Amino acid sequence: MGVYSKPVVFAILSAVVILIGTVVTVFIPMLMPSTQPVSDYIKPYTAVELEGRDIYIREGCNNCHTQTVRPLRTEVLRYGEYSKPEEFAYDRPFLWGSRRTGPDLNRVGGKYPDSWHYKHMQSPQSMFEKSNMPPYGWMAENRLDTRYSKRKMAILDYGYTEDEVEAQIEEYTVRVTSQSYDSKEARDEVTPEKFRNELTEMDAIIAYMQKLGRDVKNLEAGK
Amino acid sequence: MKESSYDYQIVRGFTFSALFWLIIGLIVGLWIAFQMFNPVLNLTPWLSFGRLRVVHTNGLGLGFGLAGIFASSYYILQKLTRTPLVFPGLARMHLYLFNAIIALAVLSLFAGMNTSKEYAELEWPLDIAVVVMWVIFAVNVFATLIKRQEKQMYVSLWYIIAMTVTIAVLYIVNNLEVPVNLFKSYSLYEGVNDANVQWWYGHNIVGFIFTVPILAMFYYFLPVSTGLPLFSHRLSIISFWSLIFAYLWTGAHHLMLTPVPEWIQTVAIAFSIFLIAPSWGSVVNGYYTLRGNWDQMRSNYLVKFFIVGITFYGLQTIQGPTQGLRTLNSFFHFTDWVVGHVHMGTMGWVTMTISASFYYMIPKITGTGLFSIRIANLHFWLILVGQLIWTVTMWIGGIQQGAMWKATDPDGSLTYTFLDALASLYPYYKLRFAGGVVYLVGIILFAWNIVMTIRTSKNQPLNQ
Repeated sequence: MGVYSKPVVFAILSAVVILIGTVVTVFIPMLMPSTQPVSDYIKPYTAVELEGRDIYIREGCNNCHTQTVRPLRTEVLRYGEYSKPEEFAYDRPFLWGSRRTGPDLNRVGGKYPDSWHYKHMQSPQSMFEKSNMPPYGWMAENRLDTRYSKRKMAILDYGYTEDEVEAQIEEYTVRVTSQSYDSKEARDEVTPEKFRNELTEMDAIIAYMQKLGRDVKNLEAGK
Repeated sequence: MKESSYDYQIVRGFTFSALFWLIIGLIVGLWIAFQMFNPVLNLTPWLSFGRLRVVHTNGLGLGFGLAGIFASSYYILQKLTRTPLVFPGLARMHLYLFNAIIALAVLSLFAGMNTSKEYAELEWPLDIAVVVMWVIFAVNVFATLIKRQEKQMYVSLWYIIAMTVTIAVLYIVNNLEVPVNLFKSYSLYEGVNDANVQWWYGHNIVGFIFTVPILAMFYYFLPVSTGLPLFSHRLSIISFWSLIFAYLWTGAHHLMLTPVPEWIQTVAIAFSIFLIAPSWGSVVNGYYTLRGNWDQMRSNYLVKFFIVGITFYGLQTIQGPTQGLRTLNSFFHFTDWVVGHVHMGTMGWVTMTISASFYYMIPKITGTGLFSIRIANLHFWLILVGQLIWTVTMWIGGIQQGAMWKATDPDGSLTYTFLDALASLYPYYKLRFAGGVVYLVGIILFAWNIVMTIRTSKNQPLNQ
């Protein structure tokens, strides 16, 4: 047969054959509204939340934690309302994960106070003796690097001006370093003295944790 | 064509690279397997589970898997075309670039430079290097195919061509990203689309690295090492085209019950079930090739690697589509069952086939016999037993975990906390670790056997 003695034709034919399924299930859906729904109640990440998200990616948290609650009875019971497509409109990349060594985090925002997270990140085993999560106390010993925040925001096109990005960072710094911060005690316990008045990586990842699912919960509460 | 004009240096180079990354990847694997039941090994940020797991998957999938594929592809290509590599210098560059990429990949992943997309974690500068490397490989493949002395292209060459084309498409599309700086980028796609693109990639990168080129090895090395002709040419044609056609539709079975549009999920289920047919086409072709000669399972040490390997491939390709069914998926997804599934393919099918391919190629290249068939047999049994301990443990653990997540009390509330289910798996994780140790011992024997075969041949004059 002809094609089995013509390598270039064979390669082109193979490319066509593999592209059919690709076009139908991947390329065409890219242009369909069902894969990119937007919703007014879902807000983009602030600069600090985004930096926290980037730390989540850097540490490979997605290797153990999923961020998608499936529409199953026990899953909704365990985590909360199931995940909707529009919730992920600002997620580049998506972080749904593929394995639940730890629990799903798509509804973790607002579930615990910041103080809980500071203690848990510092030593998961001090709160859950049998947990196998690595300790992340060292994140409080790293100053948060915000040098690229403006650039990141520009690339992601969340619609914030440079001033707004600066204001977000400033505002969050004031919040967690203030004397009246409700989780001050826990934060001071894990944060070395020299960083108490600045943002650390730990502050940012906790800001991100608190953002996950928050908009959906606000919507539910407002109903 | 005289044997001596073939470029075997490159085959040998990639064989050594494969063995090196295999051992590194398995040691990292054991390290993270230990962390799963005892977090004490999370000694530093760069030794924490989240970073190491990615080093493990990339080190073995790209480091070992790809190197093994390049070694055998360069060998098969020259043999089946009866033509020496057209650009041996380019192949040498390929070898150095490949090892530089994997070394930088490991270092950058240790450092947390990671895009988070599974099996596509490398940051953009390395992505570009990977594409350049792939083009270098493709140039040699097609140049040699075009210059070939043998008119017809045998089945193995079809699979090598399909891999060369498809990996290029997959890798480029899924790695489109906008750089922030040298070490950080954002995916071009967002949310649901990003997920859909990623798992189209994730499923098919496994298909076109851990299936397609491994089938190329199987179709070539089984007949040449047994001296038996392939059972059916027609069956191999049907299997090939239907396999590469159907594979690309099935990525969304990794996204069952997520916000990805339901029709994409359903199409993926249908094509996944269909895929059983072409997969088993190759399994049946392999089994029937041995018809009347099954005694070779005992008398020819290579045959059991290939036949047990293709059997795991057969089991894998039934288990996979079954897991994709919505009902079963809602139970098994996110549990250790799936981890067991993946490792039957990689530790069983892929590693056994690559092992036997190396055992066939290296003595042919050196012109001496294998250093020790006894060690090869021991290697076979150790990796078989190690893998079975590993995978069966994870399947049982996965069922237990899925059941505990779903258990409810008569009043409708959840019976177990998340931690109850996790902690109940620690005995399984310990057993899995033990299985991994047995496996690693088998692999060390394998590497030793190959190295010694080459070393002892160097003490003899070149016989070709």
